[in-house]
Order: sequence, then C-alpha cells, then structure tokens
Amino acid sequence: MSVGSGETGSLPGRLVAMVESLRGHGMVVGTSETVDAARVMEVLSLADRALLREGLAAALLRRSGQRRVFDAVFDVYFPVGVGGRESVREETQTRATGAGDDRSSEPPTVAELREDLVDALARGSGGALNEVAAAAVDALGAVQGADGPGMAGSGWSARQTLEQLRPQTAIVRALARRGSTEGFAERLDRDEVRRDVERFRELVQSEASRRTAEVRGRERVARYAVRPDASQVEFLAANRAQVLELRRAVQPLARRLATRLSARRRRRNRGQVDIRRTLRRSMSYGGVPLQPVFEHRRKARPELVLLCDVSGSVAGFAGFTMLLVQALRDQFSKVRVFAFVNHTDEVTELVTSGESDPAALAERISSSANVAPWHPSSDYGRALRSFVSRYGNVVGPRTSVLILGDARTNNLDPDLDALRDVVARARRTFWLNPEHESRWGLGDSVAPAYAQIVDMHECRTVDQLSRLVGRLLPV
Amino acid sequence: MSERFSSVDDVTERLAALGYLASTSVATTVFLADRLDKPLLVEGPAGVGKTELARAVAGATGAGLVRLQCYEGVDEARALYEWNHAKQLLRITAGRGETWDATRDDIFTDEFLLARPLLQAIRSDEPSTLLIDEVDKADLEIEGLLLEVLSDYAITVPELGTLTARHAPFTVLTSNATRELSEALRRRCLFLHIDFPEPELEERIVRTRVPAVDEALAVSLVRVVNALRRIDLRKAPSVSETIDWARTLLALGADSLDEAVVDETLGVLLKHTDDVARARAHLQLDEADGRR
Repeated sequence: MSVGSGETGSLPGRLVAMVESLRGHGMVVGTSETVDAARVMEVLSLADRALLREGLAAALLRRSGQRRVFDAVFDVYFPVGVGGRESVREETQTRATGAGDDRSSEPPTVAELREDLVDALARGSGGALNEVAAAAVDALGAVQGADGPGMAGSGWSARQTLEQLRPQTAIVRALARRGSTEGFAERLDRDEVRRDVERFRELVQSEASRRTAEVRGRERVARYAVRPDASQVEFLAANRAQVLELRRAVQPLARRLATRLSARRRRRNRGQVDIRRTLRRSMSYGGVPLQPVFEHRRKARPELVLLCDVSGSVAGFAGFTMLLVQALRDQFSKVRVFAFVNHTDEVTELVTSGESDPAALAERISSSANVAPWHPSSDYGRALRSFVSRYGNVVGPRTSVLILGDARTNNLDPDLDALRDVVARARRTFWLNPEHESRWGLGDSVAPAYAQIVDMHECRTVDQLSRLVGRLLPV
Repeated sequence: MSERFSSVDDVTERLAALGYLASTSVATTVFLADRLDKPLLVEGPAGVGKTELARAVAGATGAGLVRLQCYEGVDEARALYEWNHAKQLLRITAGRGETWDATRDDIFTDEFLLARPLLQAIRSDEPSTLLIDEVDKADLEIEGLLLEVLSDYAITVPELGTLTARHAPFTVLTSNATRELSEALRRRCLFLHIDFPEPELEERIVRTRVPAVDEALAVSLVRVVNALRRIDLRKAPSVSETIDWARTLLALGADSLDEAVVDETLGVLLKHTDDVARARAHLQLDEADGRR
C-alpha cells in the first residue's frame, strides 16, 4: 500500500484530511473519534488494507447507514495503489494498444474486455470483476486531455467506460456460459448476474474516482464523486436508485419516529398536579400533601390529514411522505390521505392497499384517482378549493393538516381564502415544501403568500423530514 | 491495555474453534475493542448473531459472561445495584442497644449490597465479558447510567464511594436500532454493523452448524436465501432462518433444491404471509405449479 508516500504527506495528515471529508458529507466525527482512528492505525499493521478499512470504520462510524459513504471516501484517501494497477499494466502492454483517439481503432480492446467481463460474471467471482473494472477504466476511461490517450489530462470517467463497455450486454452471454438448466436455477442465475453487473458499475465508479483523485487532488474528488447518504439526498434531485434506497428507509424511519412520538406522548401525559384534589387528599394527613394527584388527560389520539401535490415535479417527495405517514398510522386515531394536481381526491385506500407494492403507488394514484380532470399541470388554488368544498367536514378541531407541495401554481390564482378556510377549521396546519428556502417565491412559486397563512417548513431531505415529523406532529 | 487476543487472525481462529465464524470486519473490530479497551456497539438486523458474538468472545477468552437484558423500564436497581433493605432492617433490629452511628456504618457495607449485572461485571475477581443486550429497548435514562460504566469501568455508590474494575470487562452492547441511541453513548464505543454474511461465509456457517448438509445443497440454499434478501420483504430471512431451513430440508430428505421443495418450505424462511406471496412471485414458483 502506498500510504506514507504521496503528496498528502504524513499519515496523520491524511487521516485528518479524510475525517474532514467525512464531515463534509454530513457525518459527525469528533476529535476523540479521530484519536481512536489514529490508535487503530497504530495497533493494526498498515500492510492489510482490508483490515485497516474495517478498523477505521469501527472507530469513525456511528450508525449503520454511513458505511457506503465511508467506503467511497476511504477508497479516495487510502487507494490500492498509484496509477494503473500492475496486473493491468502488464496485460495492456502485451496487447499493444493503438494510438488513435477515436474509438474505431480500439474495438479489440473493448471486445476483449467484454469477454473478460462475461467470464467474470459467469464465474461469479468478485475478485475477477474487480480486475476487469480496473482494466476497463485503464483502457477506456481516460478523459482525453492534451497529452493524448492513456495519459488522462483531466481525469478518468466511469461513465465513458461504461458507455463503451455496455456491461448489460454481457448478461445474456454470461448466463449462457453458466449453462444453468432451465427453471429455478436459471432464474437464480439471472438474478445473480444482474446484481453482479450492478456491482461492476460500482467498482468502475470507485476505480475511476481513485484514478481521478491522483490527477486532480483528493479533496476535490472526495467532495464531488462520493454519492451522498440516502438521508441527505434531496427529494427533488433523487435518481431511481436513490428513490429505491429511500423507500427502503421508510420502515426503519417510521419505527424510530413512532418511538419518538410515543416518548413525547408519555412525557406529555406526565400531567400537571391537580391542586384541588391534592389538597382534598392531604386533609387526612393533616394538610401535608403526601400524595400529589395528577390531572388526567384524555387519551385521544389526534387525527391526521395529509394533502399532497402529486404532480410530476414533487411526486417522489409526496410518495415518500405518504408511505411514511401510512407506516405511522397506529400513532393516530385516523389518517386520511388526499392527493391533488388541480383537483383533490381521496387516496387513503390506495395508499393502504399499496403497502405491499410501493413502487406502483404513483401510477395507481394517477390512474384510479381523479386528481387532474382538466389539464396535467398543478393548480393549487383550484385543488384547495375543491378540497374545502368536497372534504371540508373531514377537517375538525382535532385534526392536524399536513400539506405537501412546492407551491408552484403555474401562475394561476393561488386562492388564499381556501387555505385560510382549511387553517381555520384545523387544529394545526403545516406545509412542507421540498424546495430550498431561497427559491421560495422565485418564478411561479407562491410559497411566501401561503407561508403568511400557514407554518411553512423547508423539507428537502429525509433527515429534515424525520426531524419535522418528530417535532411537529401532534401527540 | 489488555491483550486477550494476539492478532486479528487469532480472533478468527479462536472464535471459529467455538463454532462462531467471524467475517473480517467482526474479527478486526473485536481485536480493536480488546486492544483499545473500548466497549463494542453491535448493530444489525435480527438474527445475524449479535448476541452470539458476545457468547463466543466469552468462551474464547475463558471469561464468564455477565448479561444485562434491557427492556422498557429497566432501572438502576435492575442494572447496577440495590441495597438489601430487608437484611438491613434485620440488622438494625438485631443490633438493639447499639449506637446509631455504629449501626449506620455497618448497614451500608458490602454485605448489604445486591450486585446487579453491571456491578457484578465491574467487581468480578475473574476477567469477565459484559453483554448489554438490546440497549435500544431501554429508556434514555439508562444510557446515562451506562456512560460512567462504559468510559471508566467504574460505578459510584454514594455510600461506598467509587468502585473501579479490577479487570476491565470486554463489553458488548447490542442494538436493533428501534431507537436512535444517544450520541454520548455512541462516542464511547467502537461501532460494528453486522450485516447478512457474504455467500461464502454463510455457506461455511450452514455447514458448520448442520454438518450433514453437503456442499452442493449448502451453496444452492444460500443462493436462494440471498435472492430473497434482495427483494423488498417485511422481514428478510436471517442466518438463523437459513440454518433452520437447512435442517428442515434435511428432515424432509431433500438433497437438491427445486421449485416444489422451495415452495413447500418457504414458510420456514419467511414469517409473513405477504412476504411469502411476494417471494413466490419473484421466484416464479406459481408458474411451476401451473406446469405440474
């Protein structure tokens, strides 16, 4: 391993730089943890990189979701080696790479790499996959700089590598090579090969960022090339994989929030002293209040109404929150969910029955609920008005209303009075806006106008959402 | 600095001798917890062997296991110590005529102290292993109590003073993450997340636990279990369920896996009906039914 040599200088310096980078990704790492990490380095020999990785993880991490970010940052600061890997170098030398910078002169390399990939997939071996990933980035990933191919003027691109290699094309051949019999075993094989291709993509990604780190400096790469933790991903910017990750986070998050809510409820029920009854009881002890009597609280659970904008721009956010609230439903006496684009319709049933298949929730809402009878773009004024006129009686003095949306009305009438109606009927009303606060009021957003009437909170990430839900929801 | 283990490999070997096959991350973290004298906080899904790890370490180091099972409402008197009030009363009645000062000095001594798990582990003459199981089930207040024990291996009893451990116990805390543990508690521990094991390791675990299973069957059943873990289930099958499944297959006399066998025994792996339905759809077991 190449720790100690290299431009970042001393080992402690590199550790501190890595800790800085972890903090930049939203992880809380204190000085004591850093000291622990240094002790770990002292106790473990630096010869084994896998051990070092586990050791530093044990000292620096505090919760389970952080591991992926840690691994990516670790790869940047404690790389396998510098430059192309030796095994790869030898191979490419014997292969006599062409000097042309257009792809047409390189097809043998791409074909050979794909052959290697098929082979690795067929064997299902993680080590072989890793080697192919390294070779592929070395051969295909160099972003053409002024120095010519292979010299990587400005870095190494995982995307470029994957676009040329197209690993998904290897699936069919790898399956054929596995020669599995039809039926059950074959389906298992298919499942595994697909997962391995996903893993291959990740390997290419980390190899490319390792190589780029050498060219451009670690801090830069660690800042931009490491995907953020699921809880830090912005709802509006989440890609497909991240949405899946978010969805998986619903159940554990709901469980944590449920404990938090019930703790709040317990604390609240630790009622106040009922002075009259305490004095009354103290009579038998000569006026000494030995046994205080507490006021009884009605143990009524609150009702919750969720009103969600499900138009394209914010659908991911709405979907996530619907699932979360649904998972929390036993914390409330009643939960009703309404969806709108420019017309409001009740979707409680759809969300409840959709628990087993959250992926299809959005489609089912748009196909079986009447949320956009006239045109496909959102109209908050009309939607709120239709909510008040059709479901006004749902909202009562025990109801808390949670409105989700970005308050972008496409320059239509915001109908503030309709919102005032809702606020007046409900016990509490909150608005969660998935946009950054600095963008409220820009363009067709009428967020500031609505914010005058209701409590509006910025809610861009799962972190923020769980904090808001834990704090705001009534108990 | 205690030295229960000489190297990471040593950890792996000695745990394996007791039938606990540790992954690299588990072995490394156990080794570090020993060397740095820090408690080990283990998180992970149910059934991956968190508690088992503490037992194995206790066995490997030959130190007795002291276990504190946490639950909602566990308190100081259950976790640390309690004064034996009844005995104290007896002592006071027995010492009639004695001056109050003498009695007072006498009833707050070791003799009247009931040691609960944490105090037991601290005061033990032999080296011990302390397992604090399911910390997340306990109330927040208990975490406060744990802090002194975990950072200094000491317990302060107001009447007796501070009792410091003769041998710092090897401490393992487990949590299922039903509640966020406090930052203060986390900071005092080394963190270990045990996930479902890699296929190779799980095959070895199955074969160690159920020796009668042959290699081919172990490989294919681990593959099915891994395929199931990749789909969204309410409760993913854990290692212990894999082992149960291997035993079931043996009992049924199945020496290879096919649709029919998997279909019949899916209930061993999955505990919710809608999970079973989803798994059947994913593995396309229904089609097999149609063909038969």
